Amino acid sequence: MTANKADNTDTVKHAEATPETAQPYRELGLKDDEYQRIREILGRRPTDAELAMYSVMWSEHCSYKSSKVHLSYFGKTTTEQMRSKMLAGIGENAGVVDIGDGWAVTFKVESHNHPSYVEPYQGAATGVGGIVRDIMAMGARPLAVMDSLRFGPADAPDTRRVLPGVVAGVGGYGNCLGLPNIGGEVVFDSTYLGNPLVNALCVGAMRVEDLHLAHASGTGNKIILFGARTGLDGIGGVSVLASDTFSGDETTAGRKKLPSVQVGDPFMEKVLIECCLELFREGIVVGIQDLGGAGLSCATSELASAGDGGMHVNLDRVPLRAKGMTPAEILSSESQERMCAVVKPSDVDAFMRVCAKWDVTATEIGEVTETGRLVITWHDEVVVDVPPRTVAHEGPVYNRPVARPAEQDSLQQPIELPRPSTSDLRDLVLRMAGSHNLSSRGWVTDQYDRYVRGGTVLSQPSDSGMIRIDEESGRGVALSVDCNGRYCKLDPYTGAQLALAEAYRNVAVSGATPVAVTNCLNFGSPEDPGVMWQFEQAVRGLADGCVELGIPVTGGNVSFYNQTGSTAILPTPVVGVLGVIDDVRRRIPTGIGAEAGETLLLLGTTSDEFGGSEWAHVVHGSLSGLPPKVDLAHEMLLAEILRAGSRDGMVSAAHDLAEGGLAQAIVEACLIGQTGARIFLDSEQDPFVQLFSESTGRVIVAVPRTEELRFTDMLTARSMPWRKLGVVDPESKALEIQDVATFALEELANAWQGTLPALFH
Amino acid sequence: MARVVVDVMPKPEILDPQGQAVAKALPRLGFQGVTEVRQGKRFELEVDDSVDDETLTKIAADLLANTVIEDFTVRRLDA
Repeated sequence: MTANKADNTDTVKHAEATPETAQPYRELGLKDDEYQRIREILGRRPTDAELAMYSVMWSEHCSYKSSKVHLSYFGKTTTEQMRSKMLAGIGENAGVVDIGDGWAVTFKVESHNHPSYVEPYQGAATGVGGIVRDIMAMGARPLAVMDSLRFGPADAPDTRRVLPGVVAGVGGYGNCLGLPNIGGEVVFDSTYLGNPLVNALCVGAMRVEDLHLAHASGTGNKIILFGARTGLDGIGGVSVLASDTFSGDETTAGRKKLPSVQVGDPFMEKVLIECCLELFREGIVVGIQDLGGAGLSCATSELASAGDGGMHVNLDRVPLRAKGMTPAEILSSESQERMCAVVKPSDVDAFMRVCAKWDVTATEIGEVTETGRLVITWHDEVVVDVPPRTVAHEGPVYNRPVARPAEQDSLQQPIELPRPSTSDLRDLVLRMAGSHNLSSRGWVTDQYDRYVRGGTVLSQPSDSGMIRIDEESGRGVALSVDCNGRYCKLDPYTGAQLALAEAYRNVAVSGATPVAVTNCLNFGSPEDPGVMWQFEQAVRGLADGCVELGIPVTGGNVSFYNQTGSTAILPTPVVGVLGVIDDVRRRIPTGIGAEAGETLLLLGTTSDEFGGSEWAHVVHGSLSGLPPKVDLAHEMLLAEILRAGSRDGMVSAAHDLAEGGLAQAIVEACLIGQTGARIFLDSEQDPFVQLFSESTGRVIVAVPRTEELRFTDMLTARSMPWRKLGVVDPESKALEIQDVATFALEELANAWQGTLPALFH
Repeated sequence: MARVVVDVMPKPEILDPQGQAVAKALPRLGFQGVTEVRQGKRFELEVDDSVDDETLTKIAADLLANTVIEDFTVRRLDA
């Protein structure tokens, strides 16, 4: 920075007097024309503090400058009908949905990819902390978290460094906070080596009337910063870490090399949650915003531009943890566990009393003004004087070149892969069950507290996570996050719809009705036209899919620059679907054997579909062809049938077929239910195709024998393709696939559960 | 043989929740006047004379400290 010493601060007056001073805008991630635009907006050169604010807020991470033009498609395609249950949508801290009985549920997923590569434990931990604060900022009590994790090959040395740290960080923060972790994903692929994905989801609930939005309205209202003190952590994190291809370059701010990762304090966050909830109950919060990426720069400019437009902040009042911090550093610090509230002057005392009760430091740092400008002072001198909207919302918008990659056509040409004979299928079932991506995630999820708070109804290894919201009625929500990056690589439009269909189906097989969607779009560099094409296709696929399903996208997050050198990750649009269930006691479990005497049915149609399949990946290391076809009308019918089945007590278990096909699904249904089964295949179709094809829209359903006729009559009446798959066999402790092989459950369990412990224990 | 001490401390700008918790507990227990506490860890290694300083630094950097968020010092105690 041009001036660092506290007594030599770069004030607005100084900036006006020294227009020629060279500024390190490039090092802060700003392009030449972006810097020129700042000068035009201000009519002078920015001060150091202003430059810091603009550079973080105009970074890809905060401004969505490359994605905005595409994301607007979500808004354009959302109909009034889809919006009817939505209380808050894209643009707020998190989407909010009315789930009935006076309850509103808010949920969102956000990436913390780059920090988790640099420092896996703290990166993942603060990822959880950040998304939890987003949920708090909506006025809700956070109830559960989920994590969608992706790593390099399971046996790669760097994965041994990153995975245990990330898992411990997710568990450490969430467990200390007292939030159950109810599911998620762990996926391995070589493209994530050097660029792991850590996508954290949080869900919270509140009474509909308690919804809080981030507005700083009412001239004279006070701005109160509360929570942890502000230190030197994470400075430059947003602008450099999240927006530039990883170069190991740490020459960001003026000071010596600063750590770009932050250390969180979950116990502080826990207190902050309770403090916020009491403040909401007291009704003394006009507006509230969490401090995440870009810290105070983001909170002040967003609060001001969402309200009446003006704000005055006195930076001298911000409680600091480090000595000699400059205004620019205070504004861009990413110290964790901080919140910013707008409070009426008459409520300030009450606000302070609540914070004191919880031992939370709270400081009045400024007030709402009618000037239309965000003015920040330091040592009685003005260091920032900007129109807040130009910082928060009117950043650059790029229409980046989009081009279908030249190799896409050859990628979509299916390669004929040698297929196993029926006598090889026994070994293949075991090999697939123990493969890196299909094996039990128990080693990971067992490190998370899944039942704290006592509201967890379903968690891993169930198809979705489910929590009870209303103690009286049993009303609850189910959540699933899914994505298959290989499908998306082959066809990003269909791949995104497949992710949507999978999450939708996972929620439906639990007996819940899908109502809303969130997403976390992880892609490579937006400066690569091929990556932008993947992004555009995925956004369109997801938005068009949501229209067909009639459920809205309520919010999301974009993470670009996920690449190592010129190699981008597989396009990974992680889709989260939220479903509502009237009474969690009517949930459908994933494992079979809940009732004596069950018949197994297979719903849906099996075709010869191996493009992007787990079999092609595990056995041949091959990725080619087209992903399975997606049929969303069929998915909706499937969901309706499962809901009817759960409501009328006709279904005792259900498990959806996904990666690894029928073989994997029946293995999991047996092992999760710790019950054997006898199934038979269709003599008209190749056994290998039946067992390993990844045709979508298929579910294994267990029905009590007494309900079999009623259920199958319904299937036929509603034109749902089905066939009898077999029977549950509690005596045998084995899975028999007739004319193929018989497996003792113990043998399957060893194969399925042994893989991750052997790699990481 | 020599005794080597490796002190590991969170970097000055990194949040130290444990140190803060200790600092907050002190006045509650009646101890006044402590304005800041930072908590680190100390390793004591019994080391052959064949192990040189470079190796000790590598041991500290690779295993004992997480250099992304921690600093360390290595010193040999006189036998």
